[in-house]
Amino acid sequence: MCIDCGCSTGANIKISKPESIENQIEKPQTEQQKYSFANAHSHILSDGSVVTHSHKITKDKHSHYNEEVVEQKSLRPTTKIVSLEKNVLTVNDNLALENRNFFRKQNILALNLVSSPGAGKTTLLVRTIKELQTEISFSVIEGDQSTTKDAEKIKATNCDVVQINTDTACHLEAKMIQESLNHLKPKKNSILAIENVGNLVCPALFDLGEYAKVVILSVTEGEDKPIKYPHMFRASSVMILTKIDLLPYLDFDVTSCINYALNVNPKLKVFQVSAVTGEGLKDWFNWLKKSSKI
Amino acid sequence: MSFMHELGITRNIIAIAIEHSQGAKVKKVVVEIGKLAAILPDAIRFCFEACAKDTPLEHSILEIREIPGLAYCNQCKTRISLSQPFGICNCGSSQLEIIQGQELQVKELELEEQCV
Repeated sequence: MCIDCGCSTGANIKISKPESIENQIEKPQTEQQKYSFANAHSHILSDGSVVTHSHKITKDKHSHYNEEVVEQKSLRPTTKIVSLEKNVLTVNDNLALENRNFFRKQNILALNLVSSPGAGKTTLLVRTIKELQTEISFSVIEGDQSTTKDAEKIKATNCDVVQINTDTACHLEAKMIQESLNHLKPKKNSILAIENVGNLVCPALFDLGEYAKVVILSVTEGEDKPIKYPHMFRASSVMILTKIDLLPYLDFDVTSCINYALNVNPKLKVFQVSAVTGEGLKDWFNWLKKSSKI
Repeated sequence: MSFMHELGITRNIIAIAIEHSQGAKVKKVVVEIGKLAAILPDAIRFCFEACAKDTPLEHSILEIREIPGLAYCNQCKTRISLSQPFGICNCGSSQLEIIQGQELQVKELELEEQCV
């Protein structure tokens, strides 16, 4: 690489020689030129530039030492290398940081609820709101590709809710949360539950500014989900194993499941609950109260 | 396999490249993707040409440098290589801190400059 202009001579760079200069090279020399610069001629160097020069001739030999360079022109489009090292998700991460600062200022515990479709996020959320709303104020952002069905279920609890329909997008992004907050106006000292689009892959990558990602896994799904979708379980701080009332009817090994989850993320806090029978919910509620510092 | 987040990420790559292209034609974009970043390089390549159309990146070369996964074991204080974002060290510990392989960044651009 050229240290002056940063142009590269890498293999992928094509050096083109514009035609107008070609003509210039072929142009016959004048008598004057011939006289002044005996044996003056042009070379096209490997970097594409043209050097016209003459040589001092000594006894039929010519040497490139003492040569007189008449003109040197750089012909090719040069390449400038710009070093960026810019995180691809910078825009999202910056907006998430703004959201996080807002939540901190308002003492809002923002939770990003993630799971595969049908794990029971909404059912657990409805039960949680119903049981705790006399103590803690809740608001909800619902993310789904389409319909307002989940938002209607939340609305039935008298909790403030905004539905985001992501259409073709498979996850929520920080910008969507920021826009939703303008409509939702969550109260100070409250819990904001963000129900992400049902998907165990993409939401792991997108920070929304939440305090924690809570991954919800139902016992109807198979105990190896944590190692099949490790990014999500790694990115989460809490795992809630739901539908445990169905365990007698299933071949689901709870211990294996939790071991898989802890292998992927040794710091994971695990709850086992049934939003139908209420089993195990007390621990989850206590965690919410403790984390919301209300 | 879902290409959907790779599509958004490819658009981000192109937006970042345009933002830093100083109005010049972009000849090459170098992107670093960690092997533990949950991004499929092939999916990015698949999306790139379509996303680059009618932008200064049209016909540019996308170079993806894949960065291998590396973790530090908190128990035995050694480094181990990872192919997924978790693992068990030879010492038996799963208390691993990922120190490499989660990169997702536009490393550099090659811009065309006409200078005669």
